[in-house]
Amino acid sequence: MHRYTWRTFSRELSLLVIAAVWWIPFYFLVTIALKPDLEALASPLSFPQSVELGNFGTAWSQGSLGRALVNSIVLTGGTVVILVALGSLCAYTIARRAGAMSTALYLLFVLGIILPFQLGLVPTYAALRELGLVGTYAGLILFYAGIWMPFSVFLYTGFARALPREYEEAAQVDGASQLRIFRKVVFPLLRPVTGTVAIFTGLIIWNDFFLALIFLSGTDNTPLPVAVYSFVAEFASRWNLVFAAVIVALLPVLAFFVVAQRHLIRGFTGGIKT
Amino acid sequence: MVSTIGSEASAAVTVKRRRARRGLPRVPWVWVLPAVVLVILLRYVATAAGGWYAFTDWDGISREARFIGLDNFREILEDPVSRGALENTILLAVTFVAAANVIGLALALALNRTLKTRLLLRALFFAPVVMSSLAVSYIWQFIFSYTGPLNRFLDAVGLDSWQRAWTGDPTWALWTIFVVLVWQFAGLAMVMYLSGLAGIPDELDEAAAVDGASAFRRFWKITLPLLAPAITVSVTLSLIYGLGVFDQVLALTGGGPVDASETLATQIYKQTFAFGRFGYGAALSLVLTVLITAMALAQLSILRYRERRL
Repeated sequence: MHRYTWRTFSRELSLLVIAAVWWIPFYFLVTIALKPDLEALASPLSFPQSVELGNFGTAWSQGSLGRALVNSIVLTGGTVVILVALGSLCAYTIARRAGAMSTALYLLFVLGIILPFQLGLVPTYAALRELGLVGTYAGLILFYAGIWMPFSVFLYTGFARALPREYEEAAQVDGASQLRIFRKVVFPLLRPVTGTVAIFTGLIIWNDFFLALIFLSGTDNTPLPVAVYSFVAEFASRWNLVFAAVIVALLPVLAFFVVAQRHLIRGFTGGIKT
Repeated sequence: MVSTIGSEASAAVTVKRRRARRGLPRVPWVWVLPAVVLVILLRYVATAAGGWYAFTDWDGISREARFIGLDNFREILEDPVSRGALENTILLAVTFVAAANVIGLALALALNRTLKTRLLLRALFFAPVVMSSLAVSYIWQFIFSYTGPLNRFLDAVGLDSWQRAWTGDPTWALWTIFVVLVWQFAGLAMVMYLSGLAGIPDELDEAAAVDGASAFRRFWKITLPLLAPAITVSVTLSLIYGLGVFDQVLALTGGGPVDASETLATQIYKQTFAFGRFGYGAALSLVLTVLITAMALAQLSILRYRERRL
Protein backbone atom coordinates (compact mmCIF):
# COMPACT_ATOMS: atom_id res chain seq x y z
CA MET A 1 0.00 0.00 0.00
CA HIS A 2 2.71 2.47 0.96
CA ARG A 3 5.06 2.28 -1.99
CA TYR A 4 7.55 5.07 -2.59
CA THR A 5 6.18 6.81 -5.69
CA TRP A 6 7.09 10.09 -7.36
CA ARG A 7 4.27 11.69 -5.39
CA THR A 8 5.87 10.53 -2.16
CA PHE A 9 9.12 11.99 -3.41
CA SER A 10 7.59 15.40 -4.13
CA ARG A 11 5.93 15.35 -0.71
CA GLU A 12 9.28 14.58 0.86
CA LEU A 13 10.97 17.35 -1.10
CA SER A 14 8.40 19.99 -0.16
CA LEU A 15 8.60 19.04 3.50
CA LEU A 16 12.39 19.40 3.40
CA VAL A 17 11.96 22.87 1.88
CA ILE A 18 9.46 23.82 4.60
CA ALA A 19 11.86 22.51 7.26
CA ALA A 20 14.65 24.61 5.76
CA VAL A 21 12.44 27.72 5.90
CA TRP A 22 11.54 26.78 9.50
CA TRP A 23 15.27 26.79 10.30
CA ILE A 24 16.11 30.17 8.71
CA PRO A 25 16.16 31.84 12.16
CA PHE A 26 18.98 29.49 13.16
CA TYR A 27 20.95 30.51 10.06
CA PHE A 28 20.81 34.14 11.24
CA LEU A 29 21.63 33.07 14.78
CA VAL A 30 24.83 31.25 13.85
CA THR A 31 26.15 33.47 11.05
CA ILE A 32 25.66 36.74 12.94
CA ALA A 33 27.14 35.35 16.14
CA LEU A 34 30.33 34.67 14.14
CA LYS A 35 30.67 38.16 12.64
CA PRO A 36 32.83 41.01 13.95
CA ASP A 37 31.03 44.21 15.02
CA LEU A 38 31.38 46.12 11.74
CA GLU A 39 30.32 43.29 9.50
CA ALA A 40 27.36 42.41 11.73
CA LEU A 41 26.16 46.00 11.38
CA ALA A 42 26.94 46.55 7.71
CA SER A 43 25.85 43.24 6.18
CA PRO A 44 24.01 41.14 8.76
CA LEU A 45 22.42 38.74 6.26
CA SER A 46 25.39 37.69 4.16
CA PHE A 47 27.52 34.65 4.84
CA PRO A 48 30.32 35.68 7.27
CA GLN A 49 33.45 36.96 5.46
CA SER A 50 35.57 36.73 8.58
CA VAL A 51 34.98 34.72 11.72
CA GLU A 52 35.11 36.44 15.11
CA LEU A 53 35.02 33.82 17.85
CA GLY A 54 35.74 36.56 20.39
CA ASN A 55 31.99 37.27 20.55
CA PHE A 56 31.55 34.12 22.57
CA GLY A 57 34.30 35.12 25.00
CA THR A 58 32.74 38.57 25.44
CA ALA A 59 29.28 37.11 26.00
CA TRP A 60 30.65 34.46 28.38
CA SER A 61 32.49 36.95 30.60
CA GLN A 62 30.26 40.05 30.30
CA GLY A 63 27.10 38.00 30.75
CA SER A 64 28.52 35.84 33.59
CA LEU A 65 27.27 32.87 31.60
CA GLY A 66 29.57 30.40 33.35
CA ARG A 67 28.04 31.19 36.70
CA ALA A 68 24.56 31.14 35.11
CA LEU A 69 25.23 27.68 33.68
CA VAL A 70 26.14 26.41 37.16
CA ASN A 71 22.99 28.04 38.56
CA SER A 72 20.83 26.37 35.91
CA ILE A 73 22.37 22.98 36.73
CA VAL A 74 21.85 23.42 40.48
CA LEU A 75 18.24 24.63 40.14
CA THR A 76 17.21 21.96 37.62
CA GLY A 77 19.16 19.13 39.25
CA GLY A 78 17.99 20.00 42.76
CA THR A 79 14.34 20.12 41.75
CA VAL A 80 14.48 16.90 39.73
CA VAL A 81 16.15 15.00 42.60
CA ILE A 82 13.39 16.12 44.99
CA LEU A 83 10.64 15.29 42.48
CA VAL A 84 12.05 11.82 41.85
CA ALA A 85 12.95 10.89 45.46
CA LEU A 86 9.88 12.23 47.29
CA GLY A 87 7.48 11.60 44.40
CA SER A 88 8.36 7.93 43.96
CA LEU A 89 8.32 7.23 47.71
CA CYS A 90 4.92 8.86 48.11
CA ALA A 91 3.43 7.23 45.00
CA TYR A 92 4.66 3.76 46.02
CA THR A 93 2.91 4.12 49.38
CA ILE A 94 -0.33 5.29 47.74
CA ALA A 95 -0.16 2.41 45.24
CA ARG A 96 0.50 -0.31 47.84
CA ARG A 97 -2.04 0.78 50.46
CA ALA A 98 -5.72 0.52 49.67
CA GLY A 99 -8.63 2.33 51.30
CA ALA A 100 -10.08 5.80 51.71
CA MET A 101 -6.81 7.44 52.79
CA SER A 102 -5.02 6.22 49.68
CA THR A 103 -7.85 7.41 47.41
CA ALA A 104 -8.00 10.80 49.14
CA LEU A 105 -4.25 11.34 48.76
CA TYR A 106 -4.38 10.31 45.11
CA LEU A 107 -7.14 12.87 44.52
CA LEU A 108 -5.10 15.54 46.32
CA PHE A 109 -2.34 15.10 43.76
CA VAL A 110 -4.57 14.74 40.68
CA LEU A 111 -6.42 17.97 41.54
CA GLY A 112 -3.04 19.59 42.10
CA ILE A 113 -2.16 18.94 38.45
CA ILE A 114 -5.23 20.84 37.22
CA LEU A 115 -4.79 23.74 39.63
CA PRO A 116 -2.72 26.48 37.89
CA PHE A 117 0.28 27.70 39.89
CA GLN A 118 -0.18 31.44 39.23
CA LEU A 119 -2.65 32.17 42.01
CA GLY A 120 -0.27 30.81 44.64
CA LEU A 121 2.61 32.89 43.32
CA VAL A 122 2.07 36.12 45.29
CA PRO A 123 1.53 34.48 48.72
CA THR A 124 4.43 32.05 48.16
CA TYR A 125 6.72 34.93 47.23
CA ALA A 126 5.66 36.80 50.38
CA ALA A 127 6.13 33.73 52.59
CA LEU A 128 9.54 32.86 51.14
CA ARG A 129 10.66 36.47 51.53
CA GLU A 130 9.61 36.28 55.19
CA LEU A 131 11.83 33.18 55.55
CA GLY A 132 14.72 34.91 53.79
CA LEU A 133 14.54 32.43 50.89
CA VAL A 134 13.84 34.83 48.00
CA GLY A 135 17.01 35.12 45.96
CA THR A 136 18.30 31.71 47.09
CA TYR A 137 18.42 28.38 45.26
CA ALA A 138 16.39 26.75 48.05
CA GLY A 139 13.41 29.09 47.71
CA LEU A 140 12.96 28.61 43.99
CA ILE A 141 13.66 24.86 44.15
CA LEU A 142 10.93 24.55 46.80
CA PHE A 143 8.46 26.41 44.58
CA TYR A 144 9.34 24.36 41.47
CA ALA A 145 9.02 21.13 43.48
CA GLY A 146 5.62 22.21 44.80
CA ILE A 147 4.40 22.97 41.29
CA TRP A 148 5.54 19.69 39.72
CA MET A 149 5.14 17.22 42.61
CA PRO A 150 1.49 16.39 41.69
CA PHE A 151 2.59 15.48 38.16
CA SER A 152 5.43 13.31 39.49
CA VAL A 153 3.26 11.46 42.03
CA PHE A 154 0.50 10.94 39.44
CA LEU A 155 2.88 9.32 36.92
CA TYR A 156 4.64 7.17 39.54
CA THR A 157 1.38 5.97 41.11
CA GLY A 158 -0.05 4.78 37.81
CA PHE A 159 3.10 2.82 37.10
CA ALA A 160 3.61 1.47 40.64
CA ARG A 161 0.06 0.07 40.75
CA ALA A 162 0.84 -2.16 37.77
CA LEU A 163 4.08 -3.54 39.30
CA PRO A 164 3.88 -7.21 40.40
CA ARG A 165 4.55 -7.75 44.12
CA GLU A 166 6.63 -10.91 43.72
CA TYR A 167 9.99 -9.12 43.71
CA GLU A 168 9.20 -7.26 46.90
CA GLU A 169 7.98 -10.48 48.55
CA ALA A 170 11.15 -12.31 47.59
CA ALA A 171 13.28 -9.52 49.06
CA GLN A 172 11.11 -9.54 52.18
CA VAL A 173 11.72 -13.28 52.70
CA ASP A 174 15.43 -12.57 52.38
CA GLY A 175 15.05 -10.23 55.35
CA ALA A 176 15.54 -6.85 53.69
CA SER A 177 14.09 -3.80 55.46
CA GLN A 178 11.23 -1.89 53.80
CA LEU A 179 13.36 1.09 52.88
CA ARG A 180 15.99 -1.24 51.44
CA ILE A 181 13.34 -3.07 49.41
CA PHE A 182 12.16 0.25 48.06
CA ARG A 183 15.64 1.44 47.17
CA LYS A 184 17.03 -1.79 45.76
CA VAL A 185 13.95 -3.46 44.24
CA VAL A 186 11.09 -1.03 43.62
CA PHE A 187 12.91 2.12 42.58
CA PRO A 188 14.88 0.44 39.76
CA LEU A 189 11.61 -1.02 38.43
CA LEU A 190 10.15 2.50 38.31
CA ARG A 191 12.92 3.69 36.01
CA PRO A 192 10.75 4.46 32.94
CA VAL A 193 8.72 6.94 35.00
CA THR A 194 11.88 8.42 36.51
CA GLY A 195 13.05 9.08 32.95
CA THR A 196 9.82 10.79 31.95
CA VAL A 197 9.65 12.91 35.12
CA ALA A 198 13.31 13.93 34.86
CA ILE A 199 13.19 14.82 31.16
CA PHE A 200 9.85 16.61 31.16
CA THR A 201 10.16 18.63 34.36
CA GLY A 202 13.91 19.06 33.84
CA LEU A 203 13.39 20.73 30.45
CA ILE A 204 10.62 23.00 31.67
CA ILE A 205 12.61 24.12 34.70
CA TRP A 206 15.82 24.53 32.68
CA ASN A 207 13.96 26.87 30.29
CA ASP A 208 11.89 28.67 32.93
CA PHE A 209 12.25 32.43 32.80
CA PHE A 210 9.13 33.78 34.55
CA LEU A 211 9.68 32.34 38.03
CA ALA A 212 13.46 32.62 37.89
CA LEU A 213 13.11 36.33 37.04
CA ILE A 214 10.71 36.90 39.94
CA PHE A 215 12.60 34.93 42.58
CA LEU A 216 16.24 35.45 41.61
CA SER A 217 16.74 38.58 39.50
CA GLY A 218 19.29 40.94 40.96
CA THR A 219 21.27 38.14 42.61
CA ASP A 220 24.24 36.04 41.44
CA ASN A 221 22.03 32.93 41.41
CA THR A 222 20.17 33.61 38.15
CA PRO A 223 19.95 30.74 35.62
CA LEU A 224 20.75 31.07 31.90
CA PRO A 225 17.49 32.62 30.62
CA VAL A 226 17.63 35.45 33.18
CA ALA A 227 21.34 35.98 32.51
CA VAL A 228 20.63 36.27 28.76
CA TYR A 229 17.80 38.72 29.52
CA SER A 230 20.15 40.94 31.57
CA PHE A 231 22.85 40.64 28.93
CA VAL A 232 20.48 41.80 26.17
CA ALA A 233 19.35 44.73 28.33
CA GLU A 234 22.98 45.86 28.35
CA PHE A 235 24.02 45.01 24.79
CA ALA A 236 20.74 45.61 22.92
CA SER A 237 21.05 45.69 19.11
CA ARG A 238 24.66 44.46 19.16
CA TRP A 239 23.29 41.33 17.57
CA ASN A 240 26.59 39.49 17.17
CA LEU A 241 27.10 39.58 20.97
CA VAL A 242 23.43 38.94 21.77
CA PHE A 243 23.37 35.92 19.46
CA ALA A 244 26.61 34.56 20.91
CA ALA A 245 24.94 34.65 24.34
CA VAL A 246 21.79 33.03 22.93
CA ILE A 247 23.87 30.22 21.40
CA VAL A 248 25.67 29.56 24.68
CA ALA A 249 22.28 29.42 26.42
CA LEU A 250 20.80 27.03 23.84
CA LEU A 251 23.78 24.69 23.47
CA PRO A 252 23.30 22.42 26.53
CA VAL A 253 19.73 21.53 25.60
CA LEU A 254 20.60 21.25 21.93
CA ALA A 255 23.46 18.86 22.69
CA PHE A 256 21.12 16.80 24.85
CA PHE A 257 18.56 16.81 22.04
CA VAL A 258 21.08 15.54 19.50
CA VAL A 259 22.33 12.77 21.79
CA ALA A 260 19.00 11.61 23.20
CA GLN A 261 16.43 12.84 20.71
CA ARG A 262 14.27 9.74 20.90
CA HIS A 263 14.20 9.61 24.69
CA LEU A 264 13.44 13.28 24.75
CA ILE A 265 10.50 13.13 22.38
CA ARG A 266 9.24 10.01 24.11
CA GLY A 267 9.64 11.62 27.50
CA PHE A 268 7.67 14.56 26.23
CA THR A 269 4.73 12.71 24.78
CA GLY A 270 4.99 9.13 26.01
CA GLY A 271 5.26 6.04 23.86
CA ILE A 272 5.51 7.20 20.26
CA LYS A 273 5.84 4.55 17.62
CA THR A 274 8.61 5.54 15.26
CA MET B 1 15.33 -17.24 81.49
CA VAL B 2 17.38 -18.22 78.51
CA SER B 3 14.61 -20.45 77.29
CA THR B 4 12.06 -17.60 77.57
CA ILE B 5 14.14 -15.32 75.39
CA GLY B 6 14.62 -18.16 72.98
CA SER B 7 10.91 -18.87 72.81
CA GLU B 8 10.13 -15.17 72.40
CA ALA B 9 12.65 -14.97 69.57
CA SER B 10 11.26 -18.05 67.90
CA ALA B 11 7.72 -16.62 68.30
CA ALA B 12 8.88 -13.43 66.61
CA VAL B 13 10.37 -15.46 63.80
CA THR B 14 7.10 -17.35 63.29
CA VAL B 15 5.15 -14.08 63.22
CA LYS B 16 7.57 -12.71 60.65
CA ARG B 17 7.32 -15.88 58.55
CA ARG B 18 3.55 -15.90 58.75
CA ARG B 19 3.49 -12.25 57.67
CA ALA B 20 5.83 -12.98 54.80
CA ARG B 21 3.55 -15.78 53.73
CA ARG B 22 0.47 -13.58 54.02
CA GLY B 23 2.19 -10.85 51.98
CA LEU B 24 4.19 -7.73 52.58
CA PRO B 25 4.09 -5.59 55.69
CA ARG B 26 2.21 -2.38 55.08
CA VAL B 27 4.19 0.50 53.63
CA PRO B 28 4.34 3.20 56.33
CA TRP B 29 2.22 6.29 55.77
CA VAL B 30 5.18 8.44 56.89
CA TRP B 31 6.61 7.97 53.40
CA VAL B 32 3.94 10.17 51.86
CA LEU B 33 4.54 12.97 54.36
CA PRO B 34 7.22 15.13 52.65
CA ALA B 35 5.42 15.21 49.29
CA VAL B 36 2.00 15.77 50.87
CA VAL B 37 3.20 18.62 53.10
CA LEU B 38 4.97 20.26 50.13
CA VAL B 39 1.89 20.06 47.91
CA ILE B 40 -0.60 21.12 50.60
CA LEU B 41 1.47 24.17 51.55
CA LEU B 42 2.70 25.28 48.12
CA ARG B 43 -0.35 24.41 46.05
CA TYR B 44 -3.45 24.43 48.22
CA VAL B 45 -2.64 26.84 51.07
CA ALA B 46 -0.82 29.23 48.72
CA THR B 47 -3.68 29.19 46.21
CA ALA B 48 -6.25 29.82 48.95
CA ALA B 49 -4.14 32.69 50.30
CA GLY B 50 -3.85 34.10 46.78
CA GLY B 51 -7.64 33.93 46.53
CA TRP B 52 -7.87 36.03 49.72
CA TYR B 53 -5.26 38.62 48.68
CA ALA B 54 -7.14 39.14 45.40
CA PHE B 55 -9.82 40.95 47.39
CA THR B 56 -7.37 43.19 49.27
CA ASP B 57 -5.17 46.19 48.51
CA TRP B 58 -2.06 44.64 50.10
CA ASP B 59 1.16 46.42 49.09
CA GLY B 60 3.44 43.52 49.96
CA ILE B 61 5.12 45.33 52.84
CA SER B 62 2.63 46.35 55.51
CA ARG B 63 1.48 43.83 58.11
CA GLU B 64 -2.19 44.19 57.30
CA ALA B 65 -4.04 43.66 54.05
CA ARG B 66 -7.28 45.65 53.81
CA PHE B 67 -10.33 43.87 52.37
CA ILE B 68 -11.68 45.95 49.47
CA GLY B 69 -14.29 43.62 47.98
CA LEU B 70 -14.47 43.57 44.20
CA ASP B 71 -12.53 46.81 43.66
CA ASN B 72 -9.53 45.03 42.09
CA PHE B 73 -11.72 43.23 39.58
CA ARG B 74 -13.61 46.41 38.75
CA GLU B 75 -10.25 48.05 38.05
CA ILE B 76 -9.13 45.14 35.83
CA LEU B 77 -12.21 45.63 33.66
CA GLU B 78 -12.10 49.43 33.66
CA ASP B 79 -8.40 50.16 33.35
CA PRO B 80 -7.50 50.12 29.63
CA VAL B 81 -4.09 48.49 30.25
CA SER B 82 -5.31 45.48 32.22
CA ARG B 83 -8.45 45.16 30.14
CA GLY B 84 -6.29 45.22 27.01
CA ALA B 85 -4.00 42.62 28.59
CA LEU B 86 -7.01 40.38 29.23
CA GLU B 87 -8.24 40.74 25.65
CA ASN B 88 -4.74 40.22 24.22
CA THR B 89 -4.29 37.07 26.31
CA ILE B 90 -7.51 35.50 25.06
CA LEU B 91 -6.95 36.55 21.44
CA LEU B 92 -3.38 35.30 21.47
CA ALA B 93 -4.24 31.98 23.14
CA VAL B 94 -7.13 31.19 20.79
CA THR B 95 -5.33 32.10 17.55
CA PHE B 96 -2.16 30.33 18.71
CA VAL B 97 -4.04 27.13 19.55
CA ALA B 98 -5.82 27.13 16.20
CA ALA B 99 -2.71 27.83 14.09
CA ALA B 100 -0.29 25.57 15.99
CA ASN B 101 -2.70 22.64 15.91
CA VAL B 102 -3.68 23.00 12.25
CA ILE B 103 -0.03 23.27 11.17
CA GLY B 104 1.00 20.50 13.58
CA LEU B 105 -1.69 18.19 12.23
CA ALA B 106 -0.78 18.98 8.63
CA LEU B 107 2.89 18.22 9.31
CA ALA B 108 2.01 15.01 11.11
CA LEU B 109 -0.18 13.79 8.25
CA ALA B 110 2.45 14.73 5.69
CA LEU B 111 5.30 12.88 7.35
CA ASN B 112 3.37 10.03 8.92
CA ARG B 113 4.45 7.26 6.54
CA THR B 114 6.89 6.15 3.91
CA LEU B 115 9.13 9.23 3.88
CA LYS B 116 12.82 8.33 3.99
CA THR B 117 13.78 11.41 6.01
CA ARG B 118 10.85 11.06 8.41
CA LEU B 119 12.97 11.01 11.57
CA LEU B 120 15.13 13.92 10.45
CA LEU B 121 12.08 16.03 9.59
CA ARG B 122 10.45 15.21 12.89
CA ALA B 123 13.61 16.28 14.73
CA LEU B 124 13.91 19.52 12.75
CA PHE B 125 10.34 20.60 13.51
CA PHE B 126 10.48 19.46 17.13
CA ALA B 127 13.84 21.02 18.05
CA PRO B 128 12.49 24.55 18.78
CA VAL B 129 10.10 23.06 21.38
CA VAL B 130 12.91 22.11 23.76
CA MET B 131 14.67 25.47 23.54
CA SER B 132 14.37 28.44 25.86
CA SER B 133 11.43 30.58 24.65
CA LEU B 134 13.21 33.70 25.79
CA ALA B 135 16.40 32.89 23.89
CA VAL B 136 14.71 32.02 20.57
CA SER B 137 12.50 35.10 20.83
CA TYR B 138 15.60 37.28 20.52
CA ILE B 139 16.34 35.76 17.10
CA TRP B 140 12.87 36.83 16.02
CA GLN B 141 13.28 40.28 17.49
CA PHE B 142 16.18 40.69 15.06
CA ILE B 143 14.13 39.28 12.16
CA PHE B 144 11.31 41.76 12.89
CA SER B 145 13.60 44.75 13.51
CA TYR B 146 13.45 47.73 11.15
CA THR B 147 16.70 46.89 9.32
CA GLY B 148 16.08 43.17 9.76
CA PRO B 149 15.57 40.34 7.27
CA LEU B 150 11.78 40.58 7.06
CA ASN B 151 11.80 44.19 5.89
CA ARG B 152 14.70 43.49 3.50
CA PHE B 153 12.73 40.62 2.05
CA LEU B 154 9.64 42.80 1.59
CA ASP B 155 11.82 45.41 -0.10
CA ALA B 156 13.32 42.80 -2.41
CA VAL B 157 9.92 41.55 -3.58
CA GLY B 158 8.61 45.07 -4.15
CA LEU B 159 6.42 45.31 -1.05
CA ASP B 160 8.50 48.10 0.48
CA SER B 161 5.33 49.98 1.49
CA TRP B 162 4.67 47.15 3.97
CA GLN B 163 7.93 47.75 5.80
CA ARG B 164 7.63 48.81 9.43
CA ALA B 165 9.17 48.31 12.85
CA TRP B 166 7.10 45.22 13.50
CA THR B 167 7.59 44.87 17.24
CA GLY B 168 7.15 48.62 17.75
CA ASP B 169 3.89 48.87 15.82
CA PRO B 170 0.72 48.95 18.00
CA THR B 171 -1.32 46.77 15.64
CA TRP B 172 1.44 44.33 14.71
CA ALA B 173 3.34 43.87 17.99
CA LEU B 174 0.91 41.24 19.27
CA TRP B 175 1.15 39.28 16.02
CA THR B 176 4.93 39.07 16.19
CA ILE B 177 4.41 37.20 19.48
CA PHE B 178 1.85 34.99 17.73
CA VAL B 179 4.33 34.10 14.96
CA VAL B 180 7.05 33.12 17.44
CA LEU B 181 4.61 31.03 19.49
CA VAL B 182 3.38 29.11 16.44
CA TRP B 183 6.89 28.67 15.05
CA GLN B 184 8.17 27.27 18.32
CA PHE B 185 5.29 24.99 19.27
CA ALA B 186 3.75 23.65 16.05
CA GLY B 187 6.36 20.87 16.37
CA LEU B 188 4.93 19.83 19.72
CA ALA B 189 1.42 19.49 18.27
CA MET B 190 2.96 17.57 15.36
CA VAL B 191 4.60 15.02 17.66
CA MET B 192 1.38 14.53 19.61
CA TYR B 193 -0.59 13.97 16.39
CA LEU B 194 2.08 11.59 15.11
CA SER B 195 1.64 9.45 18.22
CA GLY B 196 -2.13 9.63 17.74
CA LEU B 197 -1.79 8.56 14.09
CA ALA B 198 0.45 5.67 15.09
CA GLY B 199 -2.48 4.25 17.05
CA ILE B 200 -4.80 4.16 14.03
CA PRO B 201 -4.61 0.82 12.20
CA ASP B 202 -3.75 1.09 8.48
CA GLU B 203 -6.48 -1.45 7.63
CA LEU B 204 -9.30 1.04 8.31
CA ASP B 205 -7.96 3.53 5.82
CA GLU B 206 -7.17 0.83 3.28
CA ALA B 207 -10.64 -0.71 3.56
CA ALA B 208 -12.25 2.69 2.97
CA ALA B 209 -9.91 3.31 0.02
CA VAL B 210 -10.92 -0.05 -1.48
CA ASP B 211 -14.58 0.96 -1.04
CA GLY B 212 -13.81 4.02 -3.15
CA ALA B 213 -13.77 6.78 -0.49
CA SER B 214 -11.76 9.84 -1.54
CA ALA B 215 -8.67 10.88 0.41
CA PHE B 216 -10.50 13.93 1.79
CA ARG B 217 -13.49 11.84 2.87
CA ARG B 218 -11.23 9.25 4.49
CA PHE B 219 -9.48 11.99 6.46
CA TRP B 220 -12.76 13.59 7.53
CA LYS B 221 -14.64 10.38 8.42
CA ILE B 222 -11.88 8.10 9.69
CA THR B 223 -8.62 9.79 10.62
CA LEU B 224 -9.96 12.94 12.28
CA PRO B 225 -12.54 11.22 14.55
CA LEU B 226 -9.97 8.64 15.61
CA LEU B 227 -7.54 11.44 16.44
CA ALA B 228 -10.01 12.98 18.92
CA PRO B 229 -8.02 11.91 22.01
CA ALA B 230 -4.81 13.41 20.60
CA ILE B 231 -6.68 16.61 19.68
CA THR B 232 -8.04 16.84 23.23
CA VAL B 233 -4.58 16.63 24.77
CA SER B 234 -2.82 18.88 22.28
CA VAL B 235 -5.46 21.63 22.23
CA THR B 236 -5.78 21.71 26.01
CA LEU B 237 -2.03 21.83 26.58
CA SER B 238 -1.43 24.57 24.02
CA LEU B 239 -4.37 26.56 25.39
CA ILE B 240 -2.96 26.45 28.92
CA TYR B 241 0.46 27.45 27.62
CA GLY B 242 -0.95 30.23 25.41
CA LEU B 243 -2.91 31.81 28.27
CA GLY B 244 0.23 32.07 30.40
CA VAL B 245 2.52 33.47 27.70
CA PHE B 246 5.27 35.66 29.15
CA ASP B 247 8.81 35.02 27.84
CA GLN B 248 8.03 35.89 24.21
CA VAL B 249 6.35 39.15 25.21
CA LEU B 250 9.23 40.29 27.39
CA ALA B 251 11.84 39.47 24.73
CA LEU B 252 9.98 40.84 21.70
CA THR B 253 7.98 43.89 22.80
CA GLY B 254 8.25 44.22 26.57
CA GLY B 255 4.46 44.64 26.47
CA GLY B 256 4.70 47.76 24.31
CA PRO B 257 4.40 49.93 22.39
CA VAL B 258 2.28 51.83 24.93
CA ASP B 259 1.01 48.58 26.51
CA ALA B 260 -0.38 47.36 23.16
CA SER B 261 0.94 43.82 23.67
CA GLU B 262 0.59 43.32 27.42
CA THR B 263 -0.71 39.92 28.56
CA LEU B 264 -2.08 38.83 31.93
CA ALA B 265 1.25 37.23 32.86
CA THR B 266 3.30 40.36 32.07
CA GLN B 267 0.78 42.47 34.00
CA ILE B 268 1.00 40.13 37.01
CA TYR B 269 4.76 40.50 36.91
CA LYS B 270 4.76 44.30 36.53
CA GLN B 271 1.93 45.13 38.94
CA THR B 272 3.18 42.83 41.69
CA PHE B 273 6.93 43.01 41.48
CA ALA B 274 7.60 46.36 39.82
CA PHE B 275 4.77 48.44 41.34
CA GLY B 276 4.40 46.51 44.60
CA ARG B 277 0.64 46.07 44.17
CA PHE B 278 0.47 42.56 45.61
CA GLY B 279 -3.32 42.58 46.08
CA TYR B 280 -3.94 43.72 42.52
CA GLY B 281 -1.40 41.22 41.18
CA ALA B 282 -3.21 38.45 43.06
CA ALA B 283 -6.51 39.60 41.49
CA LEU B 284 -4.95 39.39 38.02
CA SER B 285 -3.63 35.92 38.92
CA LEU B 286 -7.12 34.89 39.97
CA VAL B 287 -8.51 36.00 36.60
CA LEU B 288 -5.79 34.04 34.79
CA THR B 289 -6.38 30.98 36.99
CA VAL B 290 -10.13 31.04 36.38
CA LEU B 291 -9.51 31.44 32.63
CA ILE B 292 -7.05 28.53 32.48
CA THR B 293 -9.22 26.23 34.58
CA ALA B 294 -12.50 27.13 32.85
CA MET B 295 -11.15 26.88 29.31
CA ALA B 296 -9.31 23.64 30.05
CA LEU B 297 -12.39 22.07 31.62
CA ALA B 298 -14.69 23.31 28.84
CA GLN B 299 -12.33 22.06 26.17
CA LEU B 300 -12.02 18.68 27.87
CA SER B 301 -15.76 18.17 28.25
CA ILE B 302 -16.54 19.28 24.68
CA LEU B 303 -13.95 17.01 23.14
CA ARG B 304 -14.78 14.13 25.50
CA TYR B 305 -18.41 14.47 24.46
CA ARG B 306 -17.42 14.22 20.81
CA GLU B 307 -15.26 11.20 21.57
CA ARG B 308 -18.20 9.46 23.22
CA ARG B 309 -20.58 10.13 20.35
CA LEU B 310 -18.43 8.12 17.98
